[in-house]
Amino acid sequence: MTTLKSSNFRLVGERVPRHDAWAKAKGEQLYSADWALPGMLHGKVLRSKYPAAILRAIDTSRAKALPGVRAVLTAADVPHNRDVTKFGQMRDVGAGFEGLYKVLAEVGGKIRFKGEAIALVAADSEELAERACALIEVDYEPQEGVFDPREAILDNAYLVSSEDASNVIMRTRVEQGDLEQAWEKCHLIVENDYYTSPHEHAYLETESGSGWPDENGGITLRVGTQVLEHYRTIAKVLGLPHTKLRNMSVPMGGGFGGKEDITVETYLALLVKATGKPVKMVWSREESIEAHSKRHPMYLHYKTGVDRDGFILAQEVSIVMDGGGHTYLTPWVQMYATINGSGCYNIANLRCESVSAFTNNTFSSANRGFGVPQVNFCYERQMDCIARRLGISPYELRRKNLLRNGDPLATGFVPLGHVALDQLLQQTWDKLNQTPKPERLPDGRKVGRGIACGMMGYGRLCFLHDISRIGIRIELDGSVTLRAGVPDLGGGQSSVLAQIVAEELGLGIEDVRPLIMDTHMTPLCGTTTATRQLYMSGNACLAAVQPLKERLARKAAAIIRDNQWPQNPATGYIWRPDIEHILGHLVFADKKIYYGPDPGKNVDFVAVVAHVSNEGGELFSEGQFNAPFTEVPDLNNIKGQILPDMTYTCHGVEVAVDEATGDYQVLRIVAAIDCGKAVNRNSVEGQLEGGTAYNLGWLREDLAWEQGITRANSFATYLIPTAADVPDIETIIVESRGGLGPYGAKGVGEPSDNSIAPAIVNAIADATGLEFNTPLIKPETLYLALQNERN
Amino acid sequence: MSKHLIHLTVNGKEHELTVASNELLLNVLRDRLYLTGSKYGCGVGDCGACSILHGDESVLSCLVLAVEADGWDITTVEGLADGDQLNPVQQAFLDNSAVQCGFCVPGMVITSTALLRENDDPSEAEIKDYLRGNYCRCTGYVAMIKSVMDAAAKMRGE
Ligand code: FES
Ligand code: FES
Repeated sequence: MTTLKSSNFRLVGERVPRHDAWAKAKGEQLYSADWALPGMLHGKVLRSKYPAAILRAIDTSRAKALPGVRAVLTAADVPHNRDVTKFGQMRDVGAGFEGLYKVLAEVGGKIRFKGEAIALVAADSEELAERACALIEVDYEPQEGVFDPREAILDNAYLVSSEDASNVIMRTRVEQGDLEQAWEKCHLIVENDYYTSPHEHAYLETESGSGWPDENGGITLRVGTQVLEHYRTIAKVLGLPHTKLRNMSVPMGGGFGGKEDITVETYLALLVKATGKPVKMVWSREESIEAHSKRHPMYLHYKTGVDRDGFILAQEVSIVMDGGGHTYLTPWVQMYATINGSGCYNIANLRCESVSAFTNNTFSSANRGFGVPQVNFCYERQMDCIARRLGISPYELRRKNLLRNGDPLATGFVPLGHVALDQLLQQTWDKLNQTPKPERLPDGRKVGRGIACGMMGYGRLCFLHDISRIGIRIELDGSVTLRAGVPDLGGGQSSVLAQIVAEELGLGIEDVRPLIMDTHMTPLCGTTTATRQLYMSGNACLAAVQPLKERLARKAAAIIRDNQWPQNPATGYIWRPDIEHILGHLVFADKKIYYGPDPGKNVDFVAVVAHVSNEGGELFSEGQFNAPFTEVPDLNNIKGQILPDMTYTCHGVEVAVDEATGDYQVLRIVAAIDCGKAVNRNSVEGQLEGGTAYNLGWLREDLAWEQGITRANSFATYLIPTAADVPDIETIIVESRGGLGPYGAKGVGEPSDNSIAPAIVNAIADATGLEFNTPLIKPETLYLALQNERN
Repeated sequence: MSKHLIHLTVNGKEHELTVASNELLLNVLRDRLYLTGSKYGCGVGDCGACSILHGDESVLSCLVLAVEADGWDITTVEGLADGDQLNPVQQAFLDNSAVQCGFCVPGMVITSTALLRENDDPSEAEIKDYLRGNYCRCTGYVAMIKSVMDAAAKMRGE
């Protein structure tokens, strides 16, 4: 088969407006909460008041008696209230990876966190549904609970769940070399305890959606989700075949991992089934904050040893993770944290051990970075502590130890893609220090600079055997319908696929119409998680488009050959090149197919389509891409290829600290990433800027947890960065072409938020000499620490 | 709950509506007039997703009772463009790829439009200050601030 390659990109690498930007700028994009149906009911969830309790009894009679209330459901009404967490396209991978997914709390069992769902109501109006919830009488027997995972793992700890004999969710470990021997050779050993705080996704769109009964006893939902494949679990909960639970999903108003678990879907489906009516559900901001997952809080211990010159000889890490009330994705997040624990450095002797545990806090699950920002924070703080103790620059220390091409990761696996860490570090450092650092600003504030590197995977854990599928149909007018079950949460997940197809076929992005996110009408692309869509579905696009391109090219070559070679006026003879020769020189561009060496010879794309169609040729294609498949690793010592590849970042930061008040301001941010290939340059910059701001927020966003109660459960108290808090972000985009995605691209969505938090805290240390061991630094924290220093 | 008859002009169109005394303007726009461009993000005035123009002024529609809005001349995000002709702020958001998930964008372009009607040459600091009531979780604001600068320049004829 002839492979046709575009020699020069036309669209790839450009600043392309996304196909959906117009609708979004005009307010025409419809999201999950924007749909209405005649006769629609409103659903509400009754949630637990206590973080830890035994659910003694539920009496729904008064709620049911309220006129206008159409259904009140408890666990007893749910056909299959329990399932193990079967996530997306997950294979069965053994008991270590299964967690209980319970739809509603069961009478006689334990409530595991405040906000756990107890009952569902559907009523004629939202107000009525709320009143009905208030009329449900719940008999709780409050329990002491446990709120610190370090206590939860002790033998005599309060048991969070009534289904498990221990609070421990999983233990795992990665190990290389001989630590004990290595410690003896160390010139300096730095040991620290760290705590990383929970983090709320705070997408602007709260969880919402609608559902209705369809004509064949099935149920259709319209709910934005990062994981379309949840329809299988929802069907199972209802006792329906997979064919009868459809989600005509819609783009999300942000996800960041928080819409990776099931949110409103099961509740809607149950209420639709119970009432036979359309039902809508919209979570309030408070409900959203209290009921969906958080970034795992972690307690970490780091011990790092270096020789006289600053080469790291050994590193030992132990992690205790707070899984909160339910398992959800904890084991996988834990694997990411564990294999990344030792950082983006070449360390011969290392051990990273982790344990995760249930507590009565809000459950933890995916949050942009998936367990990596926590360890990244610590290992990058370690580096600065070591540099200061050795009296060498943080740049120099990192440069000596960074992973380079050919170096193994902690699991012994050598990354398949390019490792650009030293380049990123160099460019970031140079840009940050273009001008000498002033000691103080004219207003008296102290200035500090800090830097940090990061590494995070793209693509899912290889033992999950990830795949993506794409469907393409060429229309008779030469436009293209792209069908992709790709959840779009705002990162441009679908637009970039349209761009790839347009590039390959020589069309404009406006000629490709993506139809996305339908569980049964679009080929499933897999989850929009793990920074995998460009990598997986981009490659699936190439796989889908290739046979079409081949077919069109053959026809075009024949047309050009037969009609466009000149007759020799003297002899009347027409010499024609071999068809394979023409095929090898065809270029798809500007809605034409050209013979490259003589572009005057060409044929319109649409004319070729007409010929292929007339001859009964196939103008549709489905393509599939498979990630590398591996076996489930040994959790006692994880080895080998765990993720397809890594993306590397570096952040440089300048801060100003007001020593009188403890307030600090981030003045400058330099953010660098190797994206492999910027398919849409604007999207790469947008991810890098957005990711940077996201974890800039981690430093001040405080959920104010108290014994399982979230004190900061609104946007009035949980403060995310505003336009006034984010400085200009100077981006550095390196394109090594060394990724596994289309055109050598790497994923950037999650890695973008890595390395910013430690860079800021390193800058604060540079300004003040204060070494913080947590990312959560509010002005009052800094003020008190400065006071302590003085006394 | 008492009912009230109110008159609203929304995007140039007049409406006569009977509303309950506790009904919020945001919900009337979304659920009764099907103008779903204005978004619910918090319901209590913290996020700016529900911003609309009352005359030339940006107002949080989740904090306004429909009865209070009686007689108002309102522009929602759906009313900013003239057919396919985007308003300068919308166009600049497109040109700078300031749109990611887009959920904050209606409020963001409304508030930015209000700013530019008030001040056609705002500094970067003034833009940041004016937009601080409009949250965006996706973009880090960088492209948005640049968009407002660009739109202002265009409106000044530069
Ligand atoms: S919804 Fe009105 S300010 Fe948030
Ligand atoms: S673009 Fe998503 S919140 Fe602003």
